[in-house]
Amino acid sequence: MNRKLLRKIVAKAGFGLLLAAIMLFTVFPFYYAILTSFKSGSELFNIDYWITTFNFENYQAVLGQSSFVSSIWNSILVATCAVAIAMAFGLTAAYALGRVHFRGRGTVLMIVLGVSMFPQVAVLSGLFEVIRAFDLYNDPLALVFSYTIFTLPFTVWVLTTFMRQLPKELEEAAIVDGASPMVTLFKVFIPLMGPAMATTGLLAFIAAWNEFLFALTFTLTDDQRTVPVAIALITGGSQHELPWGHLMAASVIVTVPLVVLVLIFQRRIVSGLTAGAVKG
Amino acid sequence: MACVELKKINKTFGKIEIIPSVDLRVEDGEFVVFVGPSGCGKSTLLRLIAGLEEPTAGDIEIAGEVVTDLSPKERGVGMVFQSYALYPHMSVYENIAFGLKLDKANKGKVREWVEKTAEVLQLTSLLQRKPRELSGGQRQRVAIGRAMAREPQIMLFDEPLSNLDASLRVQMRTEIAKLHDRLQSTMIYVTHDQVEAMTLADKIVVLNGGHIEQVGTPYELYETPASLFVAGFIGSPKMNLIPARIKSTSPGRSVDVEVCGMGTVTVERDASHMANGAAMTVGLRPEHIRISLSGPDAGLEVVNVEYLGNEAYVYLEMPGMDELVVVRESVPCQIRTGQRVALDAEPERLHVFDADGHSLPRVGTHRVDETDLQAASN
Repeated sequence: MNRKLLRKIVAKAGFGLLLAAIMLFTVFPFYYAILTSFKSGSELFNIDYWITTFNFENYQAVLGQSSFVSSIWNSILVATCAVAIAMAFGLTAAYALGRVHFRGRGTVLMIVLGVSMFPQVAVLSGLFEVIRAFDLYNDPLALVFSYTIFTLPFTVWVLTTFMRQLPKELEEAAIVDGASPMVTLFKVFIPLMGPAMATTGLLAFIAAWNEFLFALTFTLTDDQRTVPVAIALITGGSQHELPWGHLMAASVIVTVPLVVLVLIFQRRIVSGLTAGAVKG
Repeated sequence: MACVELKKINKTFGKIEIIPSVDLRVEDGEFVVFVGPSGCGKSTLLRLIAGLEEPTAGDIEIAGEVVTDLSPKERGVGMVFQSYALYPHMSVYENIAFGLKLDKANKGKVREWVEKTAEVLQLTSLLQRKPRELSGGQRQRVAIGRAMAREPQIMLFDEPLSNLDASLRVQMRTEIAKLHDRLQSTMIYVTHDQVEAMTLADKIVVLNGGHIEQVGTPYELYETPASLFVAGFIGSPKMNLIPARIKSTSPGRSVDVEVCGMGTVTVERDASHMANGAAMTVGLRPEHIRISLSGPDAGLEVVNVEYLGNEAYVYLEMPGMDELVVVRESVPCQIRTGQRVALDAEPERLHVFDADGHSLPRVGTHRVDETDLQAASN
């Protein structure tokens, strides 16, 4: 009896330790960024593990730059538009690929997957020409366009998988009720795809929010940049000084919206929305 | 309300022919049940009528009009699915109203119609609930409500009760029968449960491998099965099918049949197309066999006796047969396992099938009339 109890305690402690290690590994860098963002001057080079003072100088300095604030707005605009367009195309494509039988459906899906395998650098120069041709250079719309391209394959794949899992009878019931494919998609399927849409939308948003290479290439002036580029281009007083405090404050500012978004949508990412449709 | 007519319907999926060729007429206001084992094409046939599948060849007519190329809505059909298929994010009200709202012409009447439907199905107090908050029987009623709200010409049911537990099934069966009496609309109902078929149908269509084996009233199917398949499928416990051999025939009048374990029986059937000595099958319902404990050929061993309270089933081993012979006995039953008994049956209760499984025609004008037999049994 005692040995059994002991084994239980050891197992629990081991599991707790493992959790703590993983937590430390994943959260510590972000925590240290927050810690650093509250320091200024030479304090930066002291190694502390606890937040001792709240010094908002760095935040004030970063938010005081109008170009940084406009880059935040650019990021919000670009990521939101890219996600909205990707979802609109993704959902309609997923309906076709998931629910309609047509010749070459598998091929289309494989091509969609194949497209997402190209490294960004490989398409960069070609895409640059396309954007120049559309006269979108140094315009956030260029980023909306290119982000939509690279979030779509992933969105289509995940949404297609979810769409396929919806019971066939639901669609047939809608057909018997006289619903057109569009009505079926918008009134019957999309309300049931909440969790899938929250997941894919969130991942697409994060991808667009964090994207660096296209953002660097397709924009030129400070007021058209997105946040990742803006942060990378924050410079200190001289070539040899990196303003760590400003960098960390800016990083924290751009990470917070993502954390908030995840927390909001976490409640939507629940299964069981289809409960009651068909006997399980 | 309308009649349905299927003309030479063929359905092929890829290279697999599900339904070779079916002709069928369903009259206006009739309750027709398609019954058969799984994979016999009964659901496919229903979906063809619904318009969810297109026939490979042939035409479907509803109320005299060819509807083969029309959508389910244009055909004016309502359908109840086996898995209910309710819209899970909508309340009961919205589920029933969904089709009505899509129908532009009826927009003003939606509330009135939904409430009327809910009243018929006793759903009024549940209108604001979501499907997940309902029990199986309630969900099934909502599914029926959704199908009937638009007052379709034809109501289709695809195994609607197979997901319910036994007692609820009996209750819903009665409700559906009452609903049909009340609406008087044409209903087509698919099931693999022959009890549902027998209790609900005006007309039963027995399907096997995509063919129609027999169409008839429950009474006709039970009393005069046209083939071995129908004989074995309708009735529970199953009809006993005993191998037999023709001893001699007097064409057009009667035939002497040597039945395994029962000796020679003379039945009034026309077996003129069969030779003496030809193999055949004799069918006997468990309730039509008498057991005698003594007799010249009391050689059949009782293998098992099942006591069910209101009756008992006696299982006998018959030489030359794989299956056991079932006999229904009234209780209290004197027969015990291990006893040796003899079988006896009235010749007119025998069903006789030739080697191809077709029922032998009864002789001449002596056709057993439905009303006669019912009167006799009362």
